[in-house]
Amino acid sequence: MSDVTIIEGGRVIDPASGTDGVRAVVLKDGLVADVAERVERPSGARVVDARGRWVTPGFIDLHVHLREPGQEYKETVASGARAAVAGGFTAVVCMPNTKPVNDTLAVTELILARAAAAGLARVYPCGCISRGQAGEDLAEFGELRAGGCVAVSDDGKPVMSPALMRRALEYARAFSLPVAVHEEDLHLVGQGVMHEGAASTRLGLKGIPGQAEEVMVLRDIALAELTGGRLHLQHVSAAGSVRAVREAKRRGLQVTAEVTPHHLTLTDEDVAASGYSTGLKMSPPLRSAEDVRACVEGLADGTIDCIATDHAPHSSVEKDVEFDAALNGVTGLETAFPVCLALVRRGALGERRLVEALSAAPARAFSLPGGTLARGAPADVAILDPAAEWTFDAAATHSRSSNSPWKGRRLTGRCTHTFVGGRLVHQAGGEAR
Amino acid sequence: MIGRQKHCIALEDFSREEILQVLDLAVSMKEVLRRPIKKVPSLRGKSVVNLFFEASTRTRSSFEIAAKTLSADCLNWTSASSSVTKGETLIDTARNLEAMRPDVLVIRHSAGGAPRLVADHVGCAVVSAGDGAHEHPSQGLLDCFTVRERLGTLEGKTLAIVGDVSHSRVARSDLHAFPKLGARVRLCGPPTMMPSGVEKLGCTVHTDLRAAVEGADAVIMLRIQHERIGDPLIPNTREYSKLWGLNARKAADWLKPGALVLHPGPINRGVELSPEVADGPASVILDQVQNGVAVRMAILYLLAGGDAAEAKA
Amino acid sequence: MDAEQIERAVGRLAQEIADRARAAGAADALAIVGIRRGGVHLAARLRLALTRLLGHEPPVGTLDIALYRDDLSARGVAPVVGPTDIRFPVQGKTIVLVDDVLYTGRTVRAALDELVDFGRPRRVWLAVLVDRGGHELPIAADFAGAHLQVADGQDVQVRLHEDGQGADVVLTTGRVP
Repeated sequence: MSDVTIIEGGRVIDPASGTDGVRAVVLKDGLVADVAERVERPSGARVVDARGRWVTPGFIDLHVHLREPGQEYKETVASGARAAVAGGFTAVVCMPNTKPVNDTLAVTELILARAAAAGLARVYPCGCISRGQAGEDLAEFGELRAGGCVAVSDDGKPVMSPALMRRALEYARAFSLPVAVHEEDLHLVGQGVMHEGAASTRLGLKGIPGQAEEVMVLRDIALAELTGGRLHLQHVSAAGSVRAVREAKRRGLQVTAEVTPHHLTLTDEDVAASGYSTGLKMSPPLRSAEDVRACVEGLADGTIDCIATDHAPHSSVEKDVEFDAALNGVTGLETAFPVCLALVRRGALGERRLVEALSAAPARAFSLPGGTLARGAPADVAILDPAAEWTFDAAATHSRSSNSPWKGRRLTGRCTHTFVGGRLVHQAGGEAR
Repeated sequence: MIGRQKHCIALEDFSREEILQVLDLAVSMKEVLRRPIKKVPSLRGKSVVNLFFEASTRTRSSFEIAAKTLSADCLNWTSASSSVTKGETLIDTARNLEAMRPDVLVIRHSAGGAPRLVADHVGCAVVSAGDGAHEHPSQGLLDCFTVRERLGTLEGKTLAIVGDVSHSRVARSDLHAFPKLGARVRLCGPPTMMPSGVEKLGCTVHTDLRAAVEGADAVIMLRIQHERIGDPLIPNTREYSKLWGLNARKAADWLKPGALVLHPGPINRGVELSPEVADGPASVILDQVQNGVAVRMAILYLLAGGDAAEAKA
Repeated sequence: MDAEQIERAVGRLAQEIADRARAAGAADALAIVGIRRGGVHLAARLRLALTRLLGHEPPVGTLDIALYRDDLSARGVAPVVGPTDIRFPVQGKTIVLVDDVLYTGRTVRAALDELVDFGRPRRVWLAVLVDRGGHELPIAADFAGAHLQVADGQDVQVRLHEDGQGADVVLTTGRVP
């Protein structure tokens, strides 16, 4: 017996296939069976009325922290996958800085087993660049790739050794693995806890200049050129980094980049205005308005390929402390769409580009399936109400943590339904439509 | 309450009127300190807790004398470690102390923003006795008080602040307070010790000491902390002292007659100030110490002076 | 009371104080201390009159009792503190504390507490322009310009021309609720 779902009446936005208009989408046997203005309704088909809403490929997040194994009090693979589908994400790439780190097949397999048991979003593990994330020896890329890792990264830490970075880019070529990097020169970071500027000066907090990121981006672009490796720049935040990526792409290098919703919308002045709120502490830090403008422009013109949340759950133990002592990171899976939609409303980003940056572009960057509603693609779909107003309530969040800058804030735009492999895995408010 | 302020955490938040309220009251408080019996009963039955996460005998003692002169009970709670290093969180410590029902919590902490974090979690008034490189509001107020007392007014005066501004909470409080009272501020020091964007706070920035102090009505010399040397912010104290230290010859040649020299203490003699200047006629460093008690009395009096909830009862 | 009555009352107060001081052998050790704010101008007028009567000028000072109040926590905000200014040694002096109105006696109690923090006077007398009764403490005026019977809800206001409010006058008004 075949399982058929028909999503009718919605505006289908599928940048990969160039579709933008009211269409019906037919999901059958886990795949997109048809996208057309008129479709037949076989008996027994589930029909979803999507009038007034957007129907897009399920979002793909190249950068989340699911905290399992080791810190299940912050998040588990299951709770993170639940938060993902609530935000319209049907696939996430989880970073390897768990406890223990994901530098061995055993950890990769554990994550995949937990994800399969949860049966929500697709979870793609990211393996380590260096064994133990110690920044010294290469991890076993071949085994990690065979086990299911889709990229390697030492995220949370930069690869400080240029020699190791060179070898990582070279060695990863054998497996077509993108090398994803957290770009910060730790010597320039020093004891810094926020962006260096007038706001850090007023708060008396140690600053981190945007150049701490830019110098590493420049170094790694040079190394990508040397090695021919696939370089993916994680959570780009500085205007200089955007400039460097634009130049690298112009020269045809294999460089991709992501930016987070918070780096697109918040600045260091928001940290000052918040009165030392640790909900605004992350790495890289929220930067100047000028940096934010450069990131938005870079995203709009394709210099920055995609939006990734850097969903980084922490509990009150790590966050209800002095700003200096708080751990870096904010959650993002459940708020990414409305937060980025605000850029569309103020004309800084096109609707189709937003959808692309959340779906087709990340799929392309890491060579992942999905990211499109083309016939035969996986039936991973998000239905979004761009006009829905709601409050991001910490108590109602699906993540185990609520360390978000948008906690308690009114947001506009919400995912109402999420399908993964044709299965309805999320429906807002639980109401049947 | 100091104007609308329930706490005294940052002079950035204070209006001109609120600053003046403290300074004017401190004049009366200073008179109390000159009496044969240096004690008034106004805060009898009130308690002040000094919660110090950083060693600072002088600031803690100043708050303690201020509290005791007003007849408040004063408890000193010093903690070598903060939650940055280990153990109980700051919020837990503050809540434990609050259970003892103090009227004012005076807090000194190495992390910027710590007093505000505490204020968000306790019901009593919170006074910052310095937090990281953020602010040291009572020091900023006593600097204003000292200069105003000597010069009569701050309106139209020029103040130079010399030294490691980037790590100085005193400089930040001064930078917020003096301009609100009509004074212009010049900053001076090695570029490695000037924080990013500081000119946006409404001051001019100089690297040349002479340019900064010539024509100034008062000069605040900041303490150079030895751990900054080789940070590497400056090569050594010898070069610092040569370029940014104030000695008798520079003071005589460059300072205008009647200009005041201030220092938040403790002084590194021979580094930022030569002994002749520190002990010379222009120095008001010991005035600052006495004025500090008067200003802190004013702060404690205003913040512990009853609250609306009690008034109804 | 109008300006003329007030002037006569002040003259009578000065005469009584001078007589009592001479009788006590304290004429040379007399000092006047006005309680802020109502007592300050009155203290100045008494000094002028006493200078004529005694042939020398007694020292005068000012007390602000805000820091000695016993009702700090009962008030919404801390009371405004004005300057206290006592530049003569209190030790051994016969101090005339001066206030405009004696009511509950709490202000005088606070003033006595404050005064003794400056030293140990030989004796302290209290002189007021108006004693309106309603004392809540065992405190009485040694010299009073007038005794008025005023109901509890009413307020006695002394306005002197030094405050720039026109001619001297003592008013009894309904208190503002």
